[in-house]
Amino acid sequence: MVHQYKNNGYNIVLDVCSGSVHVVDELVYDMIEFYQDKLNEGQKTEAVRSEVIAYIQQKHGNTYSIEDISDAASDIEELMEAGQLFTEDVYRDIIMDFKKRKTVVKALCLHIAHDCNLACQYCFADEGEYHGQKRELMSLEVGKKALDFLIENSGNRVNLEVDFFGGEPLMNFDVVKELVAYGRMREKEANKNFRFTLTTNGVLLNDEVMEFCNKEISNVVLSLDGRKEINDMMRPTRNGHGSYDVIVPKFQRFVESRGDKSYYVRGTFTRHNLDFTEDFKHMADLGFKEISIEPVVSPDECEYAIRQEDLPVIFEEYDKLAQDIIRRHKEGKPVTFFHYMLDLNGGPCVYKRLSGCGSGTEYLAVTPTGQLYPCHQFVGQEEFLLGDVYNGINRTDIVDEFKLCNVYAKDKCKDCFARFYCSGGCAANSYQFHGSITDAYDIGCELQRKRIECAIMIKAALADEED
Amino acid sequence: MKRIKTLTEKTLKNTVVKGGCGECQTSCQSACKTSCTVGNQSCENK
Repeated sequence: MVHQYKNNGYNIVLDVCSGSVHVVDELVYDMIEFYQDKLNEGQKTEAVRSEVIAYIQQKHGNTYSIEDISDAASDIEELMEAGQLFTEDVYRDIIMDFKKRKTVVKALCLHIAHDCNLACQYCFADEGEYHGQKRELMSLEVGKKALDFLIENSGNRVNLEVDFFGGEPLMNFDVVKELVAYGRMREKEANKNFRFTLTTNGVLLNDEVMEFCNKEISNVVLSLDGRKEINDMMRPTRNGHGSYDVIVPKFQRFVESRGDKSYYVRGTFTRHNLDFTEDFKHMADLGFKEISIEPVVSPDECEYAIRQEDLPVIFEEYDKLAQDIIRRHKEGKPVTFFHYMLDLNGGPCVYKRLSGCGSGTEYLAVTPTGQLYPCHQFVGQEEFLLGDVYNGINRTDIVDEFKLCNVYAKDKCKDCFARFYCSGGCAANSYQFHGSITDAYDIGCELQRKRIECAIMIKAALADEED
Repeated sequence: MKRIKTLTEKTLKNTVVKGGCGECQTSCQSACKTSCTVGNQSCENK
């Protein structure tokens, strides 16, 4: 299967199942389209070749000589033989077997605080209440039990990830510090390597927190939506004031002090700022170099929800954002946009790409009282309660469902060119919109496909610059 | 190839051989938390 598209003056051909990316001229672009149609009809390569000359001459007149067309056909067939064009999907069986294996837990989203000092309008966690759960903080005892549970259930995995999440995790900073110390103590004897991450709204950031995070936290996610008026509209404090003026100077100082440690300044865009490239530019101009902006995921009835009719505008915006990334790169001031990061030569293996995000199996969320859920998005939905950190998982039936959740279990993914990049999408979003974890959130899919097209186009543009 | 520039050096099929170790980062632990993005994660099994 081949996905071909034009963007920013580039003719791009993605050979979906090999992951190969080719930038081609008009002639080859049209020829590949013809080859794909005919091969799909069951024709042999030789037969397609004998027809392609007439097809091109009919379409382009005398623009290309017979020799040009024949040469291009030879190149196309060379790529086919090298497994870089029209590659078959041969992964189904290996992924099914892979998913049936005994899984281990390698990552926890630790809900260190089900409480928040902001009142963001789009908060999926209901400001920490998660579908009616109590506002409360995780005790040190529950946190330690969670780390023990992770170590005990991680098999031979060395790298274990713990994200301090909320609500707002800095409302329980003392427990964060003590849990990191506990993890550091236990990792040595257990031959593990803890990678701690923390997601914060920034309100409680101070020198002590920054110093601690720069030493112990491998990645921090700093929530900011962009321009002041955009941020303050959706991210007010609980007494109705904007948060921008409080958090931006702190984030700037924090990022400045981070050294080579990783961070993301992460925003959410909604229907109110479909021109989110302006927010990206604003954040880049504030000095942030690692930026993510996620589309809000909300039911249609929310006035700020992204709707199907917004897609053309958003697609244009993603194109603008891609061009801005290229511009900054050319000017020697590169900025990373999370969704446009793509390593064409060293990305994840095919197992990772096809087997889903790991929610419900490798990745679990822990509530302040120690309950286990398939991921942070499912917390508070009682039908997904898996067990707790004291007694382990008792709903293995739910885990089994998540275990077999992968792109081949989803009808919408089977023929989608993006399946090797999104891994079948978010199970929680699928459940929210369709009541099933093996469906897909359609708007999310459309946006994901567009972002992948842009990410590949950026690679083409940067490769052009190197030549 | 004068009309084709290939940007990739290896294919996904190559990764079947030694892939699947599971040491890489869980996608939701990076920066998204709402969309599943694995294509931009790094391989730890060099």
